Amino acid sequence: MLPLLWTIPLWPLLGFLLNGFFGRRWGKKTSGLIGCATILVSFLMSVGALASLLSLPERRYLVAPFDWIVVGNFHVPFGFMLDPLSAVMILVVSGVGFLIHVYSVGYMSHDPDQPRYFSFLNLFVFFMLVLVLADNFLVMYIGWEGVGLCSYLLIGFWFRRPSAARAGMKAFIVNRIGDLGFSLAIFLIFWNFGTLSFIEVFERAPAVAAVSGGLITAIGLLLFMGATGKSAQIPLYVWLPDAMEGPTPVSALIHAATMVTAGVYMVARCSTLFALAPVTLAVVAIIGAATALFAASMALVQNDIKKVLAYSTISQLGYMFLALGVGAFAAGIFHLMTHAFFKALLFLGAGSVIHALSDEQDLRKMGGLKTAMPITYWTFLIAALAIAGVPPLAGFVSKDEILWQSFSSPIGHWLLWLVGTITAALTAFYMFRLVFLAFHGQSRYPSTVHPHESPGSMAKPLIALGVLSVIGGWIGWPKVLGGGSWFEHFLAPVFEGAEARLPAREATHSLGLEYGLIAVSIAVGLLGIGWAYQWYVKSPERPEHLRTRFAGLYNLLLNKYWVDEIYDAIIVRPLVGSARFLYRRFDLAVVDGTANGIAKLAQTLAATGVRTSTGRFRLGAVTFAFGCVVALGWVVYTFLRVSG
Amino acid sequence: MTLLPVPLGNYILLSGILFSLGVIGVLTARNAIIILMSVELMLNAANLLLVVFARVHGDIGGQVMVFFVLTVAAAEAAVGLAILVAVFRRKGSVDVDRLNMLKG
Repeated sequence: MLPLLWTIPLWPLLGFLLNGFFGRRWGKKTSGLIGCATILVSFLMSVGALASLLSLPERRYLVAPFDWIVVGNFHVPFGFMLDPLSAVMILVVSGVGFLIHVYSVGYMSHDPDQPRYFSFLNLFVFFMLVLVLADNFLVMYIGWEGVGLCSYLLIGFWFRRPSAARAGMKAFIVNRIGDLGFSLAIFLIFWNFGTLSFIEVFERAPAVAAVSGGLITAIGLLLFMGATGKSAQIPLYVWLPDAMEGPTPVSALIHAATMVTAGVYMVARCSTLFALAPVTLAVVAIIGAATALFAASMALVQNDIKKVLAYSTISQLGYMFLALGVGAFAAGIFHLMTHAFFKALLFLGAGSVIHALSDEQDLRKMGGLKTAMPITYWTFLIAALAIAGVPPLAGFVSKDEILWQSFSSPIGHWLLWLVGTITAALTAFYMFRLVFLAFHGQSRYPSTVHPHESPGSMAKPLIALGVLSVIGGWIGWPKVLGGGSWFEHFLAPVFEGAEARLPAREATHSLGLEYGLIAVSIAVGLLGIGWAYQWYVKSPERPEHLRTRFAGLYNLLLNKYWVDEIYDAIIVRPLVGSARFLYRRFDLAVVDGTANGIAKLAQTLAATGVRTSTGRFRLGAVTFAFGCVVALGWVVYTFLRVSG
Repeated sequence: MTLLPVPLGNYILLSGILFSLGVIGVLTARNAIIILMSVELMLNAANLLLVVFARVHGDIGGQVMVFFVLTVAAAEAAVGLAILVAVFRRKGSVDVDRLNMLKG
C-alpha cells in the first residue's frame, strides 16, 4: 500500500483531466460520477495508507516518484511523506471532500456548467493532497499555490456575476500578499539550510538557531505571514467573507473544511522552527486569539446566512492558531479535524436551505423551516451544538482542549484563555441566532416559495457529517474525563522535535482546576445558546430594541468595523492612484511617446521620399538613362584622366 | 584591320547610332510594343559591336556571347509580350503612361 502513496493525489488529477476534456461531451451525470469516484478512490487509499502507517514502528514513510530539480548540490525530489499529521490531513481532505462532492451532484444539478465545476473541484483536491503530502517546502508550495488558484476559479465560478468575479480576484490578490511571505521564508530556508526537505531542515534547525536566532524568527514570521493569508487571519482575513460568492459546497470544502486550514497545517508542520523562536509562537497565539474574538463579534449581526458562517470560520481558525501558539499543536490539528466536520456540515446545511428557498441567503427572509426540512434541521442543529461546545459532541472535545491548553501551557496565558472563552460564548450565541432565525418561529419568506427537503444526494452527506460531528471528537477524549487522548498520542511523533524545545509542562495544575475550566467552557456555551434563545425565540423584539439603542455599535459590527473601507482607503486607492498616475505620466508619455515618436519620424521621412515614386514610366526611364549617361561619363572621364 | 571591309570607326558609329535610336525609342514611345522593339534595337547595336571586335581580335568568344544575347533577347521578348497581353487584358491598352499604379 505505502509504495503507492504517491498515487493518492493522482486520482483527483485524473478526474480533473477527464472532466475538463470530456465532461461536456459525456454529460452531467458522468461528470458527477467521475468527480465523486476519483475522490472515493483517494479516500479508500488514504484509509489503507493510515492502516499501513500504524504498523510502521517509525511512523513515517517517504516516497519520491521522481526527481524534480537537480542542479549541482541542490536537489528537490517530487517527494511525498506520510506521517500521522499528513495521514490526518489526507483523510480529512479526501473524506470530507468525498461527501461534499456527493452533495454537489444534487446541489449543482441545475447548473449547465457542472462538468467545469467538478473538474475544478477535483483539481482542488489534487492540489490539497499534494500540499499535505509534500515532503519538502517546494512541493508544498505547488499545492499551496494550486489550491489558491482553484479557490479563485471556484469563487468566480459564476463569473458572469460581477460580484463573484471581483470576489475571486480579491481572494487571489490578498492571498498573494501572504504568499509573498511564504516564498520569502522558503528563500531564506534554502539560503541558510541548503535544502528544502522538511526532515533535513528540522534536523539542522537547532544548530542554525544556535548561531542566529533572529534568522529562525524571521523565517517563522514569514511562514506565519503566508498562513495568515491562506487561513484568513488578521490582517489578511478580508477575502474569506467575500469568497462566499462561490457555490455553497465550494465554501464548505475550500473555505471551511480544507484549504483555509492549510495555514494551520503549515505552522504545525513547521512546529520545530516555531518552537525554536518563542517570539513567533507568541505572535501566532496573539493573532489567533485576536482573530477569534474579532471575527466572532462580526458574526453576531450578519444577516447573510453564509456570511455568519464565514466569520465563524475565521474565528474558529483563530482558535486553531491560538492552540498552535501555546504549543498545543495536536490540539490545533484536532480542532482542525472536528471543525472540518461540523463546519462543512453547517455550510452544506446552509446550502440545503438556500437551495430550498431558491437562492435566498438573507436570514431575515427565512424562519420556520424546521418542519419542512427535518433532515437539514436536525443535522444543522447537531453541527451548531458541536461548534457551541456542548458535550459530548466533537466541537466540545477539541475546543475544550484548546482552552485548557491556552490556560495551562507554560507559554500560555490566562488572558488568551479569557479571550477564547468569551469567543466560545459569542460562537454559541451567533450560531443559535442563526438556527433560531432560519428554522424556528414564523416563516418570513414569500408564500410563493415552497421549501422542500433536499434530495438524497444532498441529505446523505449531511447525515454522514452529522454522525462525524458527534463521534469525531471521541478519538481525542481527554484523560481527565476518562478518555485516552488517543489523537494526541497518535500525533506525538510529529511534534516531538517541537515539544523538546518548549519549556517542560509542569503538572502543578490541579485536577480540580481542569474540571473547573471544563465546567466553565460548557457553561459559556450553554449561556450563549440560552442568550440566543432569549433574544430570538422568547422575546424577538429585544434585538430590535437594542439595535436602535446601540445603533453605533450595531453599525460598527454590521459594517465589519469598516475594515474593507479602511483597506480600500489606505492601500487600494493609493495603489490604484499611483498606477493610474504612472500610466498617464510614464506609460503614455514616455514609453508610448518614444515608440510613437520613432514611428512618426519614419512616417515623415517616407512621406518625403514617396514623392520620387511618381509611377510615371517614361519619367523613370529618362531618369535611368540620364543616370547611365552620368555614370558612363564618369568612367570615361576617369579613364581619360588616368591614361592622359 | 585588313579583315574588315569597312573601317572600324564606321562600325562603332553605326552601333552608336542604332543604340541611341533605341534609347530615344524607349524614352519617347508611349506604346509598350515599340518600347520592346527599341530595346531589341539596343541589344542588336551591342551585338554588332561584339561581332566586330570578335573579328578584330580573332576571338571567337565575342560571337559566342552574341548567341547568348540572342537567346536572352528571345526569352525577354516572350516574357515581355506575355506581360503586355496581361496588361492589355486588364487595362485595355498598352500605353505606358496609363501604367501608374506604382505611384506612392
